[in-house]
Amino acid sequence: MSRRVRLAVFVPALGVFAALLVWGLVGLPDFGHYVGPYGYLLDRVAVPERHVTNVVTAVVFDYRGFDTLGEEFILFTAVVGVVLLLRGDEPEAPELNDSIGSDLVRVGGVLAVGAALLVGLWLVAFGYLTPGGGFQGGVVVAAAALLVFLVSSYRDWEGIGSEHVLDPLEAVGAGGFVVIGLAALVSGLPFLTNLLGPGTTGTLRSGGSVAFLNWATALEVSAALLVLFSEFLEEYVVPLAAESS
Amino acid sequence: MSFLPYALAAWICCVGLYGIVTSRNLVHLALCLTVTQSSTYVLLLAIGYVQGGGPPIFKGVKLGTTAVDPVVQALVLTDIVVSVTVLALILALALDVHKEAGTVDPDAIAEMSG
Repeated sequence: MSRRVRLAVFVPALGVFAALLVWGLVGLPDFGHYVGPYGYLLDRVAVPERHVTNVVTAVVFDYRGFDTLGEEFILFTAVVGVVLLLRGDEPEAPELNDSIGSDLVRVGGVLAVGAALLVGLWLVAFGYLTPGGGFQGGVVVAAAALLVFLVSSYRDWEGIGSEHVLDPLEAVGAGGFVVIGLAALVSGLPFLTNLLGPGTTGTLRSGGSVAFLNWATALEVSAALLVLFSEFLEEYVVPLAAESS
Repeated sequence: MSFLPYALAAWICCVGLYGIVTSRNLVHLALCLTVTQSSTYVLLLAIGYVQGGGPPIFKGVKLGTTAVDPVVQALVLTDIVVSVTVLALILALALDVHKEAGTVDPDAIAEMSG
């Protein structure tokens, strides 16, 4: 199909689709006039019931914990897919001399890595009290590790991005979520029921299982992203850089 | 102006679709897909917004204070994670295509395979 024909088919279709979309959206309640009831309900009951002050985290790891289990495995499966596609019988990665010469960049970079790592861990640790959570913090932790590649060298990155370390960590993160869910089954409760009591509101010892699911997710997300980074670097960036150097 | 966020979501969705259909590069196409998907973030957050509502976080905030819907925010979180992982998978496929066909132009690939 030529581009012209494709556009001739697509533009009218898009017009019809856009009209349907707008027609549907006009029927929604006015912006700012949310009708509920679930949002209002959870904003009222999550803190008394679970002692978790970040209600979004309470929804993610408790009220809709089963949904998050599925999400974890979407992430896991996608990473497995990327690894299957990219991790091939490539010859040994070419030696790459990309060490950063500037001392300023290296020192500033090390400080940035430390700061980013700290922010990431803080986002995870307090994810059920203040804004943050396992997903958000996990991404920041992974970004901190990727910074090592940017401010130092590929060789330094390889120490972190080793598949022998990351693959088991990712499996432990994804499996940990399931194990915490199964722990409830063992004690005769439905899968993923919150165990351990709600604890004290506003402290790290609150939320029961939410805290553990939060950390398992952080591990899974940061390991998964690091696997992705290391695959793309190893299969694409490094061969390309070696070719041009 | 209470309709504006919904109109924005519809606009982002249509722009992304247009980009997908007219794309000449698989990487660009994957990013257009991400743009299309990000319209759902705008839509979900717009649905859950409460006039004058704060974030659904009650650390240092009195319980019962007007807050927005936490459920749609959790859904957007899921949405973003799925979007990123799918993007990674598509980019890996694009790399494979580039290795096999030497191009990432969908039209050129279609011509090659007949």
